[in-house]
Amino acid sequence: MSLLELTAVELAKEIKAGKTTAVEAMKAVLEQIEKTEETYHCYITIDKEKAMQAAKEAQEKIEAGTLTGPLAGVPVAIKDNLCTKGVVTTCASKILENFVPQYDAEAVVKLQEAGAVMIGKTNMDEFAMGSTTETSAYGVTKNPRNPEHVPGGSSGGSAAAVAADECFFALGSDTGGSIRQPASYCGVVGMKPTYGTVSRYGLVAYGSSLDQIGPLCKDVTDCATIMEVIASHDLKDSTSVERKDTDFTSALVDDVKGMRIGIPKDYFGEGLDPDVKASVLNAVEVLKAKGAIVEEFDLSLVEYAIPTYYTIAAAEASSNLERFDGVKYGYRAKDYEGLHNMYKKTRSEGFGPEVKRRIMLGSFVLSSGYYDAYYLKALRVKALIKKAFDEAFAKYDVIIGPAAPTTAPKLGSSLSDPIKMYLSDIYTISVNLAGLPGMTVPCGTDKNGLPVGMQLIGNCFEEKKLIQTAYTYEQSRKEN
Amino acid sequence: MAKEYETVIGLEVHVELATKTKIFCGCSTAFGGSPNSHTCPVCTGMPGSLPVLNKQVVEYAAAVGLATNCTITQNCKFDRKNYFYPDNPQNYQISQLYLPICRNGHVDIELEDGTTKQIRIHEIHMEEDAGKLVHDEWDDVSYVDYNRSGVPLIEIVSEPDMRSAEEVIAYLDKLRLIIQYLGASDCKLQEGSMRADVNLSVREAGSEAFGTRTETKNLNSFSAIARAIEAEKNRQIDLIESGEAVVQETRRWDDNKEYSYAMRSKEDAQDYRYFPDPDLVPVHISDAWLEEIRSRQPEFKTEKMARYKEEFGIPDYDIGILTDSKKLADLFEATTAICSQPKKVSNWLMGETMRILKEKEMEPEDITFSPENLAKLIGLVEAGTINGSVAKEIFEKIFDEDINPEQYVEEHGLKQVNDEGALRATIEEVIAANPQSVEDYRNGKEKAIGFLVGQTMKAMKGKANPGMVNQILKELL
Amino acid sequence: MANVISDETIEYVGILAKLELSDEEKEAAKKDMASMLDHIDKLNELDTTGVEPMSHVFPVENVMREDVVTNGDGSEATLANAPERKEDAFVVPKTVD
Repeated sequence: MSLLELTAVELAKEIKAGKTTAVEAMKAVLEQIEKTEETYHCYITIDKEKAMQAAKEAQEKIEAGTLTGPLAGVPVAIKDNLCTKGVVTTCASKILENFVPQYDAEAVVKLQEAGAVMIGKTNMDEFAMGSTTETSAYGVTKNPRNPEHVPGGSSGGSAAAVAADECFFALGSDTGGSIRQPASYCGVVGMKPTYGTVSRYGLVAYGSSLDQIGPLCKDVTDCATIMEVIASHDLKDSTSVERKDTDFTSALVDDVKGMRIGIPKDYFGEGLDPDVKASVLNAVEVLKAKGAIVEEFDLSLVEYAIPTYYTIAAAEASSNLERFDGVKYGYRAKDYEGLHNMYKKTRSEGFGPEVKRRIMLGSFVLSSGYYDAYYLKALRVKALIKKAFDEAFAKYDVIIGPAAPTTAPKLGSSLSDPIKMYLSDIYTISVNLAGLPGMTVPCGTDKNGLPVGMQLIGNCFEEKKLIQTAYTYEQSRKEN
Repeated sequence: MAKEYETVIGLEVHVELATKTKIFCGCSTAFGGSPNSHTCPVCTGMPGSLPVLNKQVVEYAAAVGLATNCTITQNCKFDRKNYFYPDNPQNYQISQLYLPICRNGHVDIELEDGTTKQIRIHEIHMEEDAGKLVHDEWDDVSYVDYNRSGVPLIEIVSEPDMRSAEEVIAYLDKLRLIIQYLGASDCKLQEGSMRADVNLSVREAGSEAFGTRTETKNLNSFSAIARAIEAEKNRQIDLIESGEAVVQETRRWDDNKEYSYAMRSKEDAQDYRYFPDPDLVPVHISDAWLEEIRSRQPEFKTEKMARYKEEFGIPDYDIGILTDSKKLADLFEATTAICSQPKKVSNWLMGETMRILKEKEMEPEDITFSPENLAKLIGLVEAGTINGSVAKEIFEKIFDEDINPEQYVEEHGLKQVNDEGALRATIEEVIAANPQSVEDYRNGKEKAIGFLVGQTMKAMKGKANPGMVNQILKELL
Repeated sequence: MANVISDETIEYVGILAKLELSDEEKEAAKKDMASMLDHIDKLNELDTTGVEPMSHVFPVENVMREDVVTNGDGSEATLANAPERKEDAFVVPKTVD
């Protein structure tokens, strides 16, 4: 059995048992990258020497007994919007082409403390704005399940790297579905935790009130294990929440007896690919057979989530991205006349079209005379959406639906119509608006063999119910 | 016939708070240090950095609000004010628009004609300061230093209740005093820890409607404020008289040229797109917390004046001056507590201290000497160890270097000479050497004795006991 | 209900956002923004009277730090990525005329 077939947790156990080493694992990953990266292009930056050196150091510590964590020695890929000290962090944008952070994101620090070893930085949609990883300034990533298709986005590089065995697990970020949707397209497990569970310190902000960091990985056990490592109460992030219940691996229990599962009818209506629908409903049947209580219900407001999301995310992004101005770091235009021209040229040359589109929209909805009509209205609808979920979770433990309306689209077919592209996030976006945890688990393939993901949504701070349900489903698939 | 005009003025006063650290990060607020040395990812707008609020900023802001009769907003929030400028590293300033920490306050100001007037405060909000820009003299470039970026400010916004420069200055003086008493800031206009922007409009006397207002910035002293108000009033009246319209705009005062110019640019849309900062959570000031802040409020000028009168029995004039500065009042009380000589302490502060401050163009807040050393000096004079003129010399040393006067007297042999034999011998020599003065005195020129006293003091290097010198001289003549 | 975005609006938003769009980009932006606003206008179907705008999902409040200096000299890290620097300062085009 090849090392690459191991999950992150299995690999760590083998390393701990002395059956292999962190160095061997890193070598295996780098060899795989050598073979497949040219085709898939999962990464923006890989520093092989640095990665090997880090693996060596981790191995020494493991042997000395000072590194005993559940991910010790495991190679990890990091999305390129997480700051990594001394390693260029571009957010897949030209405007940060040469930016070398002087500090590590808190989630990266947590992984390092647990002994995971960074391979490199993964490709993404520019500043996480996109659903296909095609808005990257550094080329598109291809879906390892079928390279004619996109891997999804914005964490497309991270999802593809996991699917292509170019890493053992990866970190992504999710503002409107950016972990769950590519996980679905690439057939891997992904989780967006409850807002505030993982520190955002060092995550280059897109929509600050929606952004969360989470894992993309091979199975539910890895997901729970990684979550346990990266969840932390960080005093550097004012929105970080102090939680006592982050022992996520305790929920790796093969049992859903009595678990109340709600199936929102609104998630299975018009626009949903029949193959996706069939796969997800099949998975629900499996859970039902295992003792879950399944019921359909009306979630309501689903069609309002996208306009609400795009108003809030664009507004926050327009402000968050003001700091990229050619003064302190990153790209500065070559020829300019005076300060304001320098700003305009730098930003116009440095940002790609999708980023500009959202900055323009965000600036407009916040501008004088429109703030109430657009921005405040969106915040009010957000409150209604949250309320709809609160009502649903009074009745159900977990909500299950598809992660995306279709399987991965073909490369080049999505960007022309923004509204159509935004619609692909319809099932994931409201989860961010309400701050809820959401998780994608592979649940089959369509007629072309492309993966389908099932999305599990939980109430705030109830990741464990998601993990338990997903784990139970996964176990039954293994059995069959 | 010329029309009568009334000037309507409102003030936006920025005050730098005396916290040790910046408002959203643990960088020092100390002055000095090389450019960008007091910086971190947060106050330089590095990607991924996040703000965390300094609790002391809330406490200072609330304390100023309580002292100016404001209603404290017990659930307040921070908003982002978006505008591009290189001194503003994120290109948005974290401030408060929708729910500022204090609202609807007022202070009473005393005017020269003895009347008092109430100036209403619209709101006080917390925000972060910008960095510093230094312009190259030769090249078309500026240099950016973020050491001041993120230093906490409060902005105190008044209602348009002032009608003259006198009222403006009285209002600023009142704010300054309150804030200094609270220890929330040293409020130095020259150094920029207090900055006032003047919103001014004119209207025909008797009119109820407001005219179009302008905002004048860059006013670094009370006199600059007075000059700028006069100039802007006249500029607006001239415009109106000549049938032109006053444009609502921001103007920058050049105190050397005594002229203001419009800070206009088509790139400045003045549309700040305020929205709640998603990186910060609301601040809830509970009743208990508010009470705690209230209980820590110091004794302000009015109460202090009454107590001084009761406790120390010094003249009202002295009390007025001493309590006009927190620093002077503190120094007075601390020194008196040591030496129990309130009048003597007051004399030193009112006399020599004020004289030196004026000479050196310093503020009472700049005083660095300790109450211990002033008390020791007073003790030396009282005990007759040194005479008055030596004491004044030593005081200058205390003022500059806070020296220990007892040690200094010892080391420099400045003890007063009270030895009658030694004094008599010197005086006899002086009389012998100045027959003309002796003659003059004997002929009734009383003043001549002064010259002889001076000569004696000179001969004894200023250390002679002046009372004894006078007495012996008269006796020998 | 279709929104129409004028040249002036695009120009104005460009000034706010410090973006300089080519004529072609401007036309595209007008079209994109109009269609996105049409989409956003869907929110007006909902009656939100009396609904408080929700900025934060959880009622977290009073996250504050004590007033203690924790950072030392940060100048090298601050300036490490400067596009243009002179000694310890960032260099920008002159900010006064």
